[in-house]
Amino acid sequence: MNPALSYRQAFNTILKRDLKIALRHRDDIVNPLLFFIIVITLFAISVGAMPNVLMTIAPGVIWVAALLSTLLSLERLFKNDYQDGSLEQLLLSPCPVFILVLAKIVAHWLVTSLPLILLAPLLAMMMNLHPDGYLALFLTLLLGTPILSLLGAIGVALTVALKKGGVLLSLLILPLYIPVLILATAAVEAATMNSPYQGHLAIIAALFFASLITAPFAVGAALKVSTN
Amino acid sequence: MLNASNLTCIREERILFDALDLDFQPGDIWQIAGANGTGKTSLLRILAGLMEPENGEVCYQQTAIQKCAEEYHQDLLYLGHSPGVKSELTVLENLKFNLQLCSQDTEQCEKLLEQVDLFGFADTLAAHLSAGQHRRIALARLWLTQAKIWILDEPFTAIDKLGVKRLEQRILEHADQGGIVILTTHQDLSLPKSRYQTLTLERIFS
Amino acid sequence: MWKWLHPYANPEVAYQFTGKLIPWFNGIAFILLSIGLFLGLAYSPADYQQGETVRIFYIHVPAAILSMGLYFAMAIAGLSALVWQLKLAHAAIAAIAPVGAAFTAIALITGAAWGKPMWGTWWIWDARLTSELILLFLYFGVIALGNAFEDKSQGAKAVSVLALVGVVNLPIIHYSVEWWNTLHQGATVTKFAAPSMAMSMYIPFVICFFGCAFLAGSLICKRFQGQVLARNSLRPWVKQLALAEDN
Repeated sequence: MNPALSYRQAFNTILKRDLKIALRHRDDIVNPLLFFIIVITLFAISVGAMPNVLMTIAPGVIWVAALLSTLLSLERLFKNDYQDGSLEQLLLSPCPVFILVLAKIVAHWLVTSLPLILLAPLLAMMMNLHPDGYLALFLTLLLGTPILSLLGAIGVALTVALKKGGVLLSLLILPLYIPVLILATAAVEAATMNSPYQGHLAIIAALFFASLITAPFAVGAALKVSTN
Repeated sequence: MLNASNLTCIREERILFDALDLDFQPGDIWQIAGANGTGKTSLLRILAGLMEPENGEVCYQQTAIQKCAEEYHQDLLYLGHSPGVKSELTVLENLKFNLQLCSQDTEQCEKLLEQVDLFGFADTLAAHLSAGQHRRIALARLWLTQAKIWILDEPFTAIDKLGVKRLEQRILEHADQGGIVILTTHQDLSLPKSRYQTLTLERIFS
Repeated sequence: MWKWLHPYANPEVAYQFTGKLIPWFNGIAFILLSIGLFLGLAYSPADYQQGETVRIFYIHVPAAILSMGLYFAMAIAGLSALVWQLKLAHAAIAAIAPVGAAFTAIALITGAAWGKPMWGTWWIWDARLTSELILLFLYFGVIALGNAFEDKSQGAKAVSVLALVGVVNLPIIHYSVEWWNTLHQGATVTKFAAPSMAMSMYIPFVICFFGCAFLAGSLICKRFQGQVLARNSLRPWVKQLALAEDN
């Protein structure tokens, strides 16, 4: 009898596999980023590109764009695995479902949200964000985008078996994103006005840990329903 | 070792089977037969624990499979309709991942590929291979696995004659070592009649 | 302890039982709403600041409370569907969701109508209205997800998960919206300072609230019956019922 796979090994195996697959499908990484840039460009063009107008809406626009591009890329999280049957294999593996779900979410975050965070300063510059807001923007994205991935994964898991899951997914998930959006934009705004924003960050961090602990179980339950 | 009691399955308001009692003992080979849409796949998925029956339960060593999921999954090998092969990965990477997930060592991968006639394709992307070859990648595990219970949904689909023969040989070997094989197929098994049992699902009209 | 509940988990018994409840609920709702609305609209005093418009409160607040309460009830049904595999809970969720959404919509519309004379515009991003709007989105999500599945019981399980996730998030959404509102609008006039409500307003309000609650109960029972029939259409008792109806 083989010793059962340790949780860490299982996590690493799945993480490595998902990263490898993502890197061989570079379009999937690049397209959400392009979408992110284009949405921000559209905002700048539509409101008239006046520097002070841009400055006031910058935190909100950057965050909404980040949120939408995350949503766009989320569908890929379980869809391919569901279609080619590897999701069943994962669910039937001896390791608990929440481990594999967490590994997949982490892999997804690394290939979609991390590049987005690195790109954000550039777009903040285009949106004429106040220089004091950069650090806050970076920190809120760093803490906030994992929440988006975790909550989004629940929606993806619920809709993965449906043929037309796309629009439904946004209907399910976007309302749940509102608290993160509120806190993150408020933090960036506070930073640009030179007032303290550590409190906002602390609440975002609390939400992050809460969703880190609970979301994988909800995703596991949802996946079991979807493969039923 | 594995038994099911009073299984009822309803899909989209149609009763597929009702009050089915099954008992699988070590050394058994079961062929689930029946026309299309009689619930063969549903039955296999229920036995594997992927699907919940409307009624009844499946027990592994007298414990409901939901309650001993980790032990059961350790002893179970399920191959569904779709082979679970990622087209972005090479043949070898696919096989290695499958083995690692069941915590098996990956040193003999090359030998396994030989068994399923994929020698020389190790570094080919699965996307470039045929459906039959995809299935072979999934089946390669059978030559190494220590799982006692095999649940195979249409394992012979898209496999050539020689491959079918080898696979049947392997199935027989596994049963002789005290394993259980439950499979569906539309072809007749060429195993000796005394070695396997057939369960035929009938269509229920209500 | 739970033994007495057991017979009600049988769909047929539950169907008969809710069938008996409906006329009672209807009657009570009719009586309470007639008294409550009469008291509220005709007898209770007008507000010294808001004048007659305050009377919309007798519909708006009960609807708002029920919209939240029904979401909570739906989540409890979801929990029992997932944990205890209770099939009837599937029917209950599907029965509650549209009724809850309707009450949310009523709360939103009456809220907007109340806002017009107060703020001079139909819509303002007030904390309560925004929360109700998001709650409406959550309800729509639940209904849309349930409809998207071909298989009813699979859909019901998916909806159960979503309702539970939603109910965990509901307070977070509510408080973040409230906080966001104070941040952006300063101290907006909150619509009513609840604790100092006069007795002459409080009594009609309570009567109206229970009237609305029984109305919701009756609607849910009716929908629940329909859902139970749809989900058990293969059972002999449903067929008999259909035959009896035909004759």
